[in-house]
Amino acid sequence: MAYAVGDAIAERTVHLTRESLVRYAGASGDFNPIHYRDDVAASVGLPGVLAHGMLTMGIGSSVVLSALDPAARILDYGVRFTKPVVVDAERGADVHVVATVGAMDDAVMRIDLKVSFGDATVLVKAQMRVAV
Amino acid sequence: MVPVNTELVGREFPPTAPYLVGREKVREFSRAVFAEAPRHIDVEAARAAGYDDVVAPPTFAMVIQDQTLQQLLAEPDSGIVLARTIHAEQRFAYTRPIVAGDELTARLKVTGIRMMAGNAMITSEAEVTDTSGAHVVTATSVLLVGSGEGEGE
Repeated sequence: MAYAVGDAIAERTVHLTRESLVRYAGASGDFNPIHYRDDVAASVGLPGVLAHGMLTMGIGSSVVLSALDPAARILDYGVRFTKPVVVDAERGADVHVVATVGAMDDAVMRIDLKVSFGDATVLVKAQMRVAV
Repeated sequence: MVPVNTELVGREFPPTAPYLVGREKVREFSRAVFAEAPRHIDVEAARAAGYDDVVAPPTFAMVIQDQTLQQLLAEPDSGIVLARTIHAEQRFAYTRPIVAGDELTARLKVTGIRMMAGNAMITSEAEVTDTSGAHVVTATSVLLVGSGEGEGE
């Protein structure tokens, strides 16, 4: 793993549908109806049914882990949730992930994730630190 | 309108009931978060990489942590209303990854509450340990609880 600061680690676009949200609800146990019911989302003033923030965070780490050595040790992973991902019932939503090396020393590589939906950055300070 | 109780800071909760991580649950969760690395799905691939069984994706720790957040929401004096609560920030600090076969318990502590323009930012840490008592992961959540102003009360 001879990475240097600025190197691309991985990039992927994941297409989410309402089925993706129902699948994540079941797998995670998070059955908040704003993630699958238009009427409930509208009643609390949301622009539509939203993807779970933890689904977006999970997609980010999935993209990175596919590119890392299977034995790589992850030290920490954190994000701030800023903008929602609105998942249209017919068109779905595309979440774009770009991971680059943000910092590096003898022991730790910091991977910075840019996670976007259209023009909006949906996670900020999305960083994973991996032992090297 | 009952405000968030700032005396929650420092409160510690009893350990959650042990959660046994099943292999099919790891596979199900992995599919749900589009995790395609073989070690999440394939036992042989996981063992070849040095793990005892399939490896849960990093955010699977939320499933364990969620039990602790349910404890927090159930506190009668918390003042936290789920309908006004937004997940603002999430962090995980790992000693090792979660693998199928792990039996995990979490202990929650409220570490900070910051009031901002009537909204409360609540930080809590769930320390997840295995049956030997060894640390696996600490999950930190920041919840933003809105003041509820303008909601008709």
